[in-house]
Amino acid sequence: MGKEKPDLVYGTLDMLILKALQHDPRHGLAIADRIQQMSKEILHVEQGSLYPALYRLEAQGWIKAEWGTSDNNRKARYYTLTAAGRKQLAAEKEHWARITKGINLVLAGA
Amino acid sequence: MPRFRAWFSRFFGLFSKKRRDEQMTEELEAHLELLTHRKIAQGMEPGPARTAALREFGGLEQIKETAREQRVWLTADQFWQDLRFGARMLWRSPGFSILAILCLTLGIGTNAAVLSWIEGILVRPYPLVAHQDRMFALNATTRGMNGYTGLSYPEFLDYEKNSTLFESFIVDRITGTTLSVGDRAERASGAIVSANYFDALGVQPILGRGFRPEEGTGRNAHPVTVIGYGTWKDRYGGDPNIIGRTQYLNGVQHTIIGVVPEKFHGTFIGYSFSFWVPTSMQETFDTTGYKLEDRGARWIEGYAFLKPGVTRQQADAELRAISQRLEKDYPETNRGRELSLSPLWRTPFDQAGNMTSTLAITMAVVFFVLLIACANVSNLLLARSLLRRHEMTMRLALGAGRRRLIQQLFTEGLLLSFIAAAGGIAVAYWCRNALVLSFPSPAAGIVIDLPGQIDWRVLVVSAAVCILATLVFALVPAIQASHVDLSGALKTEAGGVLSGSSRSRLRSGLVLVQVSLSFVLLAGTGLVLQSLQRMQNASPGFSTDIIVSGADLFSAGYNLERAKAFHTQLLDRARQIPGVESASLARLIPFSYGVFSSAPLEIDGYQPAPDEQLNLSYNEVAEDYFKTLSIPMVAGREFQRTDDENAVPAAIINETMAAKYWAGKDPIGQRFKLKDRWLQIVGVARNVNYENKLELPRSFFYVPTRQNFFVSNNLLIRTRETPGAIRNALTREVKALDPNLAPTAPFRVKEQVDRKGYTQRLATTLIAIFGAMAVFLAAIGLYGVMSYSVSQGTRELGLRMALGAGAADLLRMVVARGLRLTLAGIFLGAIAALLLTRLMGNLLYQVSPRDPIAFGLALVVMITVACVACFVPARRATRIDPVRALRV
Repeated sequence: MGKEKPDLVYGTLDMLILKALQHDPRHGLAIADRIQQMSKEILHVEQGSLYPALYRLEAQGWIKAEWGTSDNNRKARYYTLTAAGRKQLAAEKEHWARITKGINLVLAGA
Repeated sequence: MPRFRAWFSRFFGLFSKKRRDEQMTEELEAHLELLTHRKIAQGMEPGPARTAALREFGGLEQIKETAREQRVWLTADQFWQDLRFGARMLWRSPGFSILAILCLTLGIGTNAAVLSWIEGILVRPYPLVAHQDRMFALNATTRGMNGYTGLSYPEFLDYEKNSTLFESFIVDRITGTTLSVGDRAERASGAIVSANYFDALGVQPILGRGFRPEEGTGRNAHPVTVIGYGTWKDRYGGDPNIIGRTQYLNGVQHTIIGVVPEKFHGTFIGYSFSFWVPTSMQETFDTTGYKLEDRGARWIEGYAFLKPGVTRQQADAELRAISQRLEKDYPETNRGRELSLSPLWRTPFDQAGNMTSTLAITMAVVFFVLLIACANVSNLLLARSLLRRHEMTMRLALGAGRRRLIQQLFTEGLLLSFIAAAGGIAVAYWCRNALVLSFPSPAAGIVIDLPGQIDWRVLVVSAAVCILATLVFALVPAIQASHVDLSGALKTEAGGVLSGSSRSRLRSGLVLVQVSLSFVLLAGTGLVLQSLQRMQNASPGFSTDIIVSGADLFSAGYNLERAKAFHTQLLDRARQIPGVESASLARLIPFSYGVFSSAPLEIDGYQPAPDEQLNLSYNEVAEDYFKTLSIPMVAGREFQRTDDENAVPAAIINETMAAKYWAGKDPIGQRFKLKDRWLQIVGVARNVNYENKLELPRSFFYVPTRQNFFVSNNLLIRTRETPGAIRNALTREVKALDPNLAPTAPFRVKEQVDRKGYTQRLATTLIAIFGAMAVFLAAIGLYGVMSYSVSQGTRELGLRMALGAGAADLLRMVVARGLRLTLAGIFLGAIAALLLTRLMGNLLYQVSPRDPIAFGLALVVMITVACVACFVPARRATRIDPVRALRV
């Protein structure tokens, strides 16, 4: 069901969103910005595709949302990482590390 | 926890869909605004900035839809959507829907009916009885003898006294009487029960009380009775002051002390009892004498309740230990005696034991019917999915997921089967009553009560069957339908070809299944019907045209002396009735529900094996018995009038007994000892059937009535007159002897013989009904598939015609294809049938499970059906104008 941009590995968007929310609550646009910034402009998140992922994470109970105002005084919905979300993030990071290690080993092999 | 929350959130989302939608729109709008503002801050004009933001964001509605799917409990939402759509689709093709629903209704309905019936018998046979899970039947056996051999009262007391793992033991011995209330006299069935009976069962009389402990003992000391609700309402007009009234039962005045609740029918599967009396009254209800102190007289049937937590194995072990002690203490009577527990559905002494195999086979048959119905519906769906191929292709092309398509088709199937299940339950409700109605009554005056109730268990299982059926019939076509080759399907909308595609292979597979299942059922039905016919035609070895009558002297309170005089005179008078060729007396008629006398024997010159119990059954008959019943004498003579108290005690044995105990010797003049008397063998009679036609040849003997008199005897008359004509003459003779008596309604032995074939006939009827149903369903299915596949091949046929093929060639081709398929199905079915019919062995009478006639007949029927199913549509197809066919 995911409709990520091709430059994002399938299934990683959830993890990136959780990571982007690790320290501060953010609204949708800010999450997209944060991912872009953290990846040093390598990863571009199609903003529309962010919302299905956000709702999915919210339904899982990993993030929660509430209305607030943005820096320039506009209404926006802010997402916060929950305790369960924090655990999930840790789990996904570990999983990711293992997978990439494996893939790297394969690619580096003779 | 998160999973639960997700579920909850989705579930909640289902109900607050609108509010959430609004919130989502608001949030996305806010995002767009932020983005637009950023663009403006970067120096764009407001108009183009908004457009750029929208472009950067992506397709708004599409995202909303995807987002909705994430949050809302999607499947449920789609389910309703599919359901509505499915309903519309069903409504649009009523022919298909009605046929499919009819097939499934038959399938599910028959299953529910038989289930309800089986459940009633096997799971909780006795309404109102508490703790049926801890209730077991007492199965008393003797080493070296087949089947149930009964318990004596002293034995029963020993087991009751010496056991520790049991909550209670109860005696429950079926009996009968003539119940005369006012001017109406009828046979009524009842039970001799231990005094703790109602307490142990937890059944509280609605009026009066149950039995008190002291009422169980003392020879004929407590003439009290508890009556059934039906008897109370029907025979006593529901008299509220019934308690304390008296009623003559078997000539003894009994006080009515209680009335049981409406739903309680006693604890004997297949019967509904009218009255209960305590064990102390045994002698009054048993023509064969007082048995409460006789360790060798085995007449008790009964049940035991285990203490909570005790397993059947533990209880059996304890019973075994007690049996061994009894064997040591009473070697005379208890050698080889054993007692164990049977689950209620295998109770050895009521109809349950007889029913189990019948039920199993019936269940298998109705399951087959369901499978065939499923195959039918599956075929119909498959055919229709082809018609809907365009729709499916369109949906896939527009972006529907394959899973989504299967889901939708499955929902449609579910809708079908739930409608059918509702209809099926209705059919079941009607069916179970019809089934019970079709049960032959086993004996006059006995009410059959086989509780078949549609309760929650049946409903749950039916729902499960329904879903299972859907999985079976809807999934395969759904998966098939969703495998559409998009580019190919959109390019050409070619009509199917007659063979070749995987879809037609699948359809062929379904036909194969149908044909083979139907063949199994047909062959099975053929076997059972043939066996029924043989059984009905088989001679039991004696003439069944004999008329039976007599007078109920026992109920009238006659003592032995008066009875002797009465019967002697009645026999003389009966012989004088015009048209009577011969007449005799017998304590029991053959195939009676009564139990033949039996006793341990001692045979002169025969040394029994250490474990062998020489305990044989016998009947007390008067002179001319063999002549009247046309049983040939193999050697010696038949009883004479002079074989009375003053003569040497005589006996006539049957061929089996002669061959077994006097092998190679002439048994005439030999002796054996019965109840401390030496009997001299005066004749050898041909073997006959004694209790039913299925019994194996067994040892049996006869003793003269006049040397072994009983109060009750049956009068057997050989005559060309009808029972009705004899009745008047008999009434006259009986009234002449005792004006207060009337003869019992004369009937032919044949009727009794038929009654005993009851279970077999029942099973046969059921199997025949369901077998016919299956063949009918299979014929419909076959016809449907054939005509469909022919119609799909119209283009091909048209092409062939245009190329010069004659109508006859085409006809032959189409029929040959259908027949090839049918023959393959029959082949598979024959293999399955050969394997399965072996399991029916005990239902069959003198018919081999591989009987060529039954199999041949099934073959002929199947091929005929297939021919018609192929021929009709093929003929229609060949009449098509080739030009039109090609243009289609």
